[in-house]
Amino acid sequence: MAMITADPKDVPKVEHFAFTPEYLAKAKALVANYPPGRQASAVIAVLDLAQRQQGWLPRVAMDEVAKLLDMAPIRVYEIATFYTMFQLKPRGKYLLQVCTTTPCWLRGSEAVMKACQHAADGETFSVQEVECLGGCVNAPVVQINDDFYEDLDEASINKVLDAFRRGETPKPGPQVDRQTSAPVGGATTLRSE
Amino acid sequence: MLSDKDRIFTNLYGAHDWHLAGARARGAWDNTKAILDRGPDGIIDEMKKSGLRGRGGAGFPTGLKWSFMPKEVKDRPHYLIVNADESEPGTCKDRDILRHDPHLFIEGCLVAGFAMRANAGYIYVRGEFYNEAQNLIAAIREAYEAGLLGKNACGSGWDFDLYVHRGAGAYICGEETALLESLEGKKGMPRLKPPFPAGAGLYGCPSTVNNVESIAVAPTILRRGAAWFAGIGRPNNTGTKLFCISGHVNKPCNVEEEMGIPLRELIDRHAGGVRGGWDNLLAVIPGGASVPLLPKSICDTVLMDFDSLRDQKSGLGTAAVIVMDKSTDLVKAIARLSYFYKHESCGQCTPCREGTGWMWRVMERMVTGNARIEEIDALEEVTRQVEGHTICALGDAAAWPIQGLIRHFRPEMERRIRARTEKLAAE
Amino acid sequence: MPKVKIDGVEMEVPAGITVLQACELAGIEIPRFCYHERLSIAGNCRMCLVEIKPGPPKPQASCALPVADKQEIFTQTPMVQKARNGVMEFLLINHPLDCPICDQGGECDLQDQAMGYGFDRSRFHENKRAVPDKELGPLVKTSMNRCIHCTRCIRFATEVAGVEELGATGRGESMEVTTYVEHALSTELAGNLVDLCPVGALTSKPYAFEARSWELSKTESVDVMDALGSNIRIDTRGAQVMRVLPRLNDEVNEEWISDKTRHAIDGLRHQRLDRPYVRRGGKLVEATWDEAFGAIEAKLKGLDGTKVAAITGDQCDAESMVALKDLMTALGSPSVDCRQDGAKLEAGVRGSYIFNAGVHGIDKADAILLIGSDPRRESPVLNARLRKRYLSGHCVIATIGPAADLTYPAERLGAGPATLRDLVDGKLGFLEKLKAAKHPLIVVGMGALARADGAAVLALARDLAEQLKAVRADWNGFAVLHTAAARVAGLDLGLVPGEGGRDVAGILAGCEKREIDVVYLLAADELDMGRLGKAFVIYQGHHGDAGAHRADVVLPGAAYTEKPGTYVNTEGRVQLGQRAGYPPGDARQDWAVLRALSERLEKTLPYDSLEQVRARLVAVNPSFAVLDRQAAGAWGEFGKGGAVSDAPFVSPVANFYMTCPISRASRTMADCTASRVQLMAAE
Repeated sequence: MAMITADPKDVPKVEHFAFTPEYLAKAKALVANYPPGRQASAVIAVLDLAQRQQGWLPRVAMDEVAKLLDMAPIRVYEIATFYTMFQLKPRGKYLLQVCTTTPCWLRGSEAVMKACQHAADGETFSVQEVECLGGCVNAPVVQINDDFYEDLDEASINKVLDAFRRGETPKPGPQVDRQTSAPVGGATTLRSE
Repeated sequence: MLSDKDRIFTNLYGAHDWHLAGARARGAWDNTKAILDRGPDGIIDEMKKSGLRGRGGAGFPTGLKWSFMPKEVKDRPHYLIVNADESEPGTCKDRDILRHDPHLFIEGCLVAGFAMRANAGYIYVRGEFYNEAQNLIAAIREAYEAGLLGKNACGSGWDFDLYVHRGAGAYICGEETALLESLEGKKGMPRLKPPFPAGAGLYGCPSTVNNVESIAVAPTILRRGAAWFAGIGRPNNTGTKLFCISGHVNKPCNVEEEMGIPLRELIDRHAGGVRGGWDNLLAVIPGGASVPLLPKSICDTVLMDFDSLRDQKSGLGTAAVIVMDKSTDLVKAIARLSYFYKHESCGQCTPCREGTGWMWRVMERMVTGNARIEEIDALEEVTRQVEGHTICALGDAAAWPIQGLIRHFRPEMERRIRARTEKLAAE
Repeated sequence: MPKVKIDGVEMEVPAGITVLQACELAGIEIPRFCYHERLSIAGNCRMCLVEIKPGPPKPQASCALPVADKQEIFTQTPMVQKARNGVMEFLLINHPLDCPICDQGGECDLQDQAMGYGFDRSRFHENKRAVPDKELGPLVKTSMNRCIHCTRCIRFATEVAGVEELGATGRGESMEVTTYVEHALSTELAGNLVDLCPVGALTSKPYAFEARSWELSKTESVDVMDALGSNIRIDTRGAQVMRVLPRLNDEVNEEWISDKTRHAIDGLRHQRLDRPYVRRGGKLVEATWDEAFGAIEAKLKGLDGTKVAAITGDQCDAESMVALKDLMTALGSPSVDCRQDGAKLEAGVRGSYIFNAGVHGIDKADAILLIGSDPRRESPVLNARLRKRYLSGHCVIATIGPAADLTYPAERLGAGPATLRDLVDGKLGFLEKLKAAKHPLIVVGMGALARADGAAVLALARDLAEQLKAVRADWNGFAVLHTAAARVAGLDLGLVPGEGGRDVAGILAGCEKREIDVVYLLAADELDMGRLGKAFVIYQGHHGDAGAHRADVVLPGAAYTEKPGTYVNTEGRVQLGQRAGYPPGDARQDWAVLRALSERLEKTLPYDSLEQVRARLVAVNPSFAVLDRQAAGAWGEFGKGGAVSDAPFVSPVANFYMTCPISRASRTMADCTASRVQLMAAE
């Protein structure tokens, strides 16, 4: 996916953005995590809040974040285009972030990606190829919004996607029978208890 | 094999309660005050004696690193920074600590922060680990409520605040100075060194950046003694280590094992062996994507620790073992890593910005053999032009996997080129 | 001082400098793209790699590495050569091979360095990166395929210009230098980006495809667009001024110039007065010099000197001013004034009208008060110096006057003279900060002085300086910031009313009352020409601007690029401008016009050559004998106590881009004005 480096034109025009009181309170709490005058430290966190509120990051939201944190807007644009989790265009309700880096690829991420691409309609599902998600012993991994779905294959990802389509939230984590990162069939260690 | 009694991460798989009560039952937060009563120098001495080397990849002695912090707090506060931006392909160990044993880790933060005279710590968690960060935040709240953090933490007389800072998708933020930049609200672009973080780190203040695992093992080391930890593993490569075994094994998993465990034993004992048997092994990347791969012949005997792997021109890195069996298109596997580095290069310095893209594009052609034989040498030279010439180690990390491939599998690369040339000639 | 060995030669170098600087001291040039003396260190291009012992077994970026005692530095080893070759290859793989159509060609760092470190063919067989060009306004043209990501432009905009609008979005090979949202940069220093860009990514838009650097004749001169006296180089091809570039002068403009200094030059081609004119039947008609002089002679014949007056413009050279003054004296007129704007400054006490602290004194100041000045509009380069001072820390800045975005925070104490009075009377807290300062700096602008109560304001400012002990042997913190390049020379030469003479206001009033019959305007266009009444107006100058339109006789003079001239900047620094070309048509150097006229009027001025005029300058005021250095200004009594009005101070510069006949004639400046208006409307 091409990186966005300029204000995208092919997006719905959003004229105005303001944090809801609830999100604003969260933003202020996050700013308080840093020493006085270092409010820019919260930029990633506050952009994340804006994205959660709006579903994506229109420029007015970035401008609002810049204002809130007393930063030059360009500095916020730099951040938003540098970090890949910021969505500068609207996306579907569920963002399928498919890891295709070598450990996932070795265990069949291509098939999982195909299934996700097939499902992506831009409304319910959007798909994004991502780099290593850090769940390599549970490969292949797809992050759907905030949750990791692991140990996938074509059949299990389709099952997961079907569940979302039905409005359910399938259980995150391994989609095979195993305890998180322990070997399938039971741990080889830590069995003494 | 390491026995369970010597394992530090007793809730690695999250089979038990990760909250404070469960963590306490497993020994976390057990008389932390007594550890702190030894004073910063006592703690640092003990850490040095344990021989613990940083678990984030570079293997720098942890105690020594802590000792670089100024002995007195002057006009600038000290900061403990924990690198939980776990993004090295193959690596997913810190994730388990964050979500399943956060208290052990938080206790480590207090101990380390105290030892480096920091009243505040920031944990930089990769943005994708949303749920892991939520567990960590909840555990920190529990620790505050129990008086373990905050003012007079654990009754030690030391104030210590701990904050979680989430990233937003950038591998480079695992580089310590890029992490500091990101923490300051900038793009994660590595800084020039000197100055080093211990002199001028976060907000220009003395700071030390440690990996999650390095911090999380500290309380247990201090409770059980440096001698216990140093007695595990081999000299200069001591202690236990979390290994991540992924790829073509029957049962991929994370496991805590003794440093220096033979690679083959690690795979066979914990990961159910190589898919199709040991003889079906083609190559292993032993320490995360950044280290050169090893062909089977070396895998047969190599030990999993810093020095053994360095002797084989590879490295322990994050101890993320990526196994590839004979069905693997090895050139493609490495080309995918080249794409990873191209994608994750911050773009700041010339050799990495331009070199990672160049290397990846040539590697893509190598996959199909769409190249000339001499281009293998040219590619090798390009990796040398990147290596050692960049601001941070990402350039090296991008170069090494390709160098490893050429070193051990050049004939395969040449075969593809010839096959394609012949096929074109035949047509 | 650390002792280092550079390529085997041992030498002592100042502590705290970088390895790159040490090598320069040793006379060894280190190639670089991102490093720039006046910007923060980025260390990103990796071209300046050297080998260091003791150190890691890999080359180090010399621009960022501090020197250390007993360090051994190698700049020519195989390791270094190989590393630089490698970096050069990387820079070139995605750089287009379009040097033949690139305006940077011939003065391109990349081109130059490629001669030393490049290879004669490419090993890069992939497609080159394509990067969309950016819109950065009327002055900076972009060709972003050529960008090598050195970030000099970003650092300049952020650090020096103080407009955080340029950044690098994306990352890795997709990183792009951009404003993200396309708009012109809101800086008056944009042209410097072009100078800083080491490649052809940022080039001059007005100069695009106009000339090649090697076709140009280069003349070192001085700028007259504001009172800073920026040192410039005028590049000409034939008679045409093709471009203006900054010259290095740490004490004045460092190496920056404003966009007006650089880009108003197309105004030199338009609306020029290239022959004399005489008004006949209400219309200006072309005339010969003889006819023009004849008309003047006829008018002046028998006229009492007190009915004649002269006003000089803001860009006049000292030579023409002294000649005019001498001519007026010879004609018996005491009514001469160089203060078109009516600034209440007097000649005599030099310390009362110069920027005593010097521009470089700003670097030392630790509390700064701006009175009635918007330096960003009035002298953007000096404003950048103020910003630099702010950035280096431990300096408080406040203003009394217009609310303005100066690019650095300044506490606005108030709008007008009442605030100044309160400050002097100790009613404002800022006084304590000024008192606590070792080097307080009081900058008085024309917005405070060019008004009816200007003398009283000046007196208040003087009181403040006295109160702060800001004027003493080791420091003079009283600083007048002029807007007119000619003003200090005018005051130095005594172009103020003599005994019984009239100032500008008096002259205009005199015209209205028909007490003044003849007014000589020496390139003076910033007047309300409507008030000249029925007076016979002689306009000598280079542009058909307000003065020429009102004139009865027009004498074509030379613009600053067309004559050798002496200028005294706001600091009182005497600098020489050089002739880069000839004035158009029949136009002549201004002092020579006056000399010729004086002969016709039988009041022949006693100088026949430039040398003799310059000797006359020194005779009138010895400060003209010292070139390029600020001659100290004496302190004394000045200003006039009295009532001040409530009217707020207003900067005389409403539109930075158009302040003189040249910039008003410039299409580029018109474009800049329109662009700025658009930008402000968008905000």
